[in-house]
Amino acid sequence: MDMNLPDNVVLTKLDPLANWCRKNSLWPMPFATACCGIELMAMAASRHDISRFGAEVFRFTPRQCDLMIVAGRVVMKMMPVLQRIWLQMPEPKWCISMGACASSGGIFDTYAVVQGIDHFIPVDLYVPGCPPRPEQIIRSVIDLQEKIQKEGSLSGTEFTERERQHRKRALQDVLDDTL
Amino acid sequence: MADTQEQLLANFDKALLRFSTFRDNHRVVVSPETVTKLLSFLKQSCDFDLLIDITAVDYLHYPKAEHRFGLIYNLICTDREERLFVKTWLDEPDLTIPSAVPLWTGANWMEREVFDMFGIVFEDHPDLRRILLPDAFSAYPLRKDYPLRGRGERHNFQRITRAES
Repeated sequence: MDMNLPDNVVLTKLDPLANWCRKNSLWPMPFATACCGIELMAMAASRHDISRFGAEVFRFTPRQCDLMIVAGRVVMKMMPVLQRIWLQMPEPKWCISMGACASSGGIFDTYAVVQGIDHFIPVDLYVPGCPPRPEQIIRSVIDLQEKIQKEGSLSGTEFTERERQHRKRALQDVLDDTL
Repeated sequence: MADTQEQLLANFDKALLRFSTFRDNHRVVVSPETVTKLLSFLKQSCDFDLLIDITAVDYLHYPKAEHRFGLIYNLICTDREERLFVKTWLDEPDLTIPSAVPLWTGANWMEREVFDMFGIVFEDHPDLRRILLPDAFSAYPLRKDYPLRGRGERHNFQRITRAES
């Protein structure tokens, strides 16, 4: 289209526009159970500033958040709480599993520690480290922003759609194997 | 510590108490029938006003063990700055012992922790339930016959996928 648009007008599609808005204004829900919470606080503080990337508003209620950062080991007594908080967050929502303990149980391979929250919660990004440096966590938020820009949608239903496709494909694989 | 020992020997039968000492660690081992009287004597007459810890040990795989569980009370006299360990034993199947809560209120959560981890029941405890693990947990993890990684309780939850959330 060769319209003579002035410089302050941008033409785009709705999905990338919604993705751009959502990625630059992620509101994290800090689920800090242990030592990684300190590094999360350091990331949010002034030296390594996460608000440069839009994720400044750490609302402590899940109803108003769209990014859950699970920082620290999750014990089995806390797991139902984590699941309830995840279910209380409105869509679209993403989850970052921060640190070794949230991603895999870390060094605590014991009877009480869940060996990775991705057994029970859908996780989008894993950050290794014990604890990860604040710069690493900021990098993970940037990576999540790239993911949102590439894969998001206006209505926020990309997750259920993707899950449905994934399940259909998995079922097809099973059927192909048995026949 | 010498006069505490003298006072104990004056009031209790010598055969019931077994003293031992290593550097500044003083302990007395008694049978479970005597331990409540000993603790109340230590509190009332020997001035041991601070119960700092109650813990237990499982001697299941210990080579020269006579009894399965040892229960240890860690007492401090704040005036004389003395520390005394009172140790008693418990054997299966009767893992009950009177509670120390009437003497020291701080024993409340300490005995709950020992119950949670070892399964030792304290009679007349006002609120004996699990303190660290969820109430539905069915085993006693710090016993030596419980595996480190558990018996599958840690992954006994429903999985939430993107489709449901």
